[in-house]
Amino acid sequence: MEPIRKHRGVVAPLHRENIDTDQIIPKQHLKRIERTGFGAFLFSDWRYHPDGRDREDFALNREHYRNATILVTGKNFGCGSSREHAAWALGEFGFRVILAPSFADIFRNNAGNNGLLVIELPEETVQQIAEHAESHAPYYLNVDLEQQTIADDFGLSEKFEVDQFRRHRLLNGLDEIGMTLAHEADIARYEAQHRPS
Amino acid sequence: MSKPRTLFEKVWDAHVVRALKGEPTLLYIDLHLVHEVTSPQAFEGLRLAHRKVRRTDLTFATIDHNIPTTSDERLVIKDQIAAQQIGTLRKNCEASGIPLFDIGSGRQGIVHVIGPELGLTQPGKTIVCGDSHTSTHGAFGALAFGIGTSEVEHVLATQCVSQSKPRSMRIKVTATLPHGTTSKDLILDIIRRLGTDGGTGYVIEYAGEAMRALTMEERMTVCNMSIECGARAGMIAPDDTTFAYLEGRTFAPKGDAWDKAVSAWRQLATDNGATFDREITIDGDKLEPVVTWGTNPGMSVPVTASIPNPDDARDASERAAMLAALEYMGLTPGTRVEDVTLDRVFIGSCTNGRLEDLRAAAKVMRGHKVHRSVDVLVVPGSEAVKVAAELEGLDRIFKDAGAQWREPGCSMCLGMNPDILAPKQRCASTSNRNFEGRQGRDGRTHLVSPATAAAAAVTGHFIDVRGWEYKS
Repeated sequence: MEPIRKHRGVVAPLHRENIDTDQIIPKQHLKRIERTGFGAFLFSDWRYHPDGRDREDFALNREHYRNATILVTGKNFGCGSSREHAAWALGEFGFRVILAPSFADIFRNNAGNNGLLVIELPEETVQQIAEHAESHAPYYLNVDLEQQTIADDFGLSEKFEVDQFRRHRLLNGLDEIGMTLAHEADIARYEAQHRPS
Repeated sequence: MSKPRTLFEKVWDAHVVRALKGEPTLLYIDLHLVHEVTSPQAFEGLRLAHRKVRRTDLTFATIDHNIPTTSDERLVIKDQIAAQQIGTLRKNCEASGIPLFDIGSGRQGIVHVIGPELGLTQPGKTIVCGDSHTSTHGAFGALAFGIGTSEVEHVLATQCVSQSKPRSMRIKVTATLPHGTTSKDLILDIIRRLGTDGGTGYVIEYAGEAMRALTMEERMTVCNMSIECGARAGMIAPDDTTFAYLEGRTFAPKGDAWDKAVSAWRQLATDNGATFDREITIDGDKLEPVVTWGTNPGMSVPVTASIPNPDDARDASERAAMLAALEYMGLTPGTRVEDVTLDRVFIGSCTNGRLEDLRAAAKVMRGHKVHRSVDVLVVPGSEAVKVAAELEGLDRIFKDAGAQWREPGCSMCLGMNPDILAPKQRCASTSNRNFEGRQGRDGRTHLVSPATAAAAAVTGHFIDVRGWEYKS
């Protein structure tokens, strides 16, 4: 997992609440057996016409957002299906950070396991950032996970809260399985105590 | 005296491998169900790291998401990428020694249908699967939740998940559900009240007289859709209904072990005086059959109502969401739900693809003909459900009515196989998600109970099934 400490990037806005993982990566693209190859299909039903041409009205197809690495969007992002393909597709498109008022539980875990930083911010802050991303495009944000701050070039500076264990893993790019296997003795002890009698 | 605990706390506490302040808890997993779509990258990850599957005796696999439901195509899958994904699961199971309930084994089916019917799902267990509807298994008093592929790999390697402890919510449903109103209508009503994120961060325990009165299959429908209000899991305390369902099933304990298990399971119910972070009470006898009109499972109305008006939205963002949903669904505010006509009906899925669901649909369809403009697909949840339904003659009722009787799988719930809606087709579906494109690009899904779906298949439009004319 690629660590993330400080990140500066262009913000793309998606003005919508409750974006489910069926929208992030539609089911027809879930048949691959690799972790890669999903970026081109990110939001595919919204991003492309049925014949494959780009839909001009979709945000990520606009010139300023094609190289965006920070997504700002509505509450309950990533609800629905547990498909980790959603996190893979977002990462492969180039996103490193997602800002929203709230995230669905399974998506939050999947993002964390793929080096994707999700940040919960108050509704008004999200709104403000989304408006700037529209009116000042390309609008840049500086995200500092060590200091837990986001800042823009116009004076915006906000602290954010993040789960400290997840922060530690993201800062260091730590593999969760490796961390758990360091406690193999605890697992073995549990198994010995719970063997069927 | 120890502190009174909830059902959830008891199951959680019994599975803690390691708990340190400031870190997620390492929780032991008793049952890991695996399917073809969310596992290949997990097995690949294990191989790259030279890791092995820790407990092949607690891991079971089946094929459900992308298999075709016609008998010919099931044997020779035309979609090469789908065939490769299934082939990969077979290879991975063989190489690692994981039992696979393969096509034609008599045990294949949707993971959340076969776990319970084989008796693998048991009270007090922790159960995970790379599928969000794993919450289904909570109907037995298990703590069951969906995980992503990295977590699937983590469980394969360590038999544990790393989890922050969720908060707890109790939803009490009083009285009994009125005639013609089902557990599907109940859970759709709950999701409408909570919203699609009202349960985020919580494990919900369903309690109250109405829940006690439900059969196991009805309880599974409720727990199945807990994820649709964002909840981590849904749970119902095990009782005599649970034990009667489990006794004698293939993987259920036998003899003395059974008696011991039942007395342990009786201790799982929430103690008097245990507290929840949130409590909600619902009058069960006031519920009505429900139909979703929008593009998430929280957007629903009673079948007797009309399509809502965005001008009545609570705020600007709800109004925007309603406008977008109405446009996608091709609906006009004020239209009576009963005037909405249909092109397709889908009866099946991990929500409503069990024997009782098929019985409920068949009871409505018996002696009737499917409306000429409606194409009806009935897909049993498992090979065992299909055999049992055919023994009762349910297949004949469906076929005589003009519906298609198919082979088991997830089918048109998510349309990963050839069963999909054409653009703008409108479908009454017993599945769990009405998201945009879920059943096919630009397809329009209305979530309903099996009885409501069957009635709509006959009339060609939604209808209040409480007034249905049953034929014998």
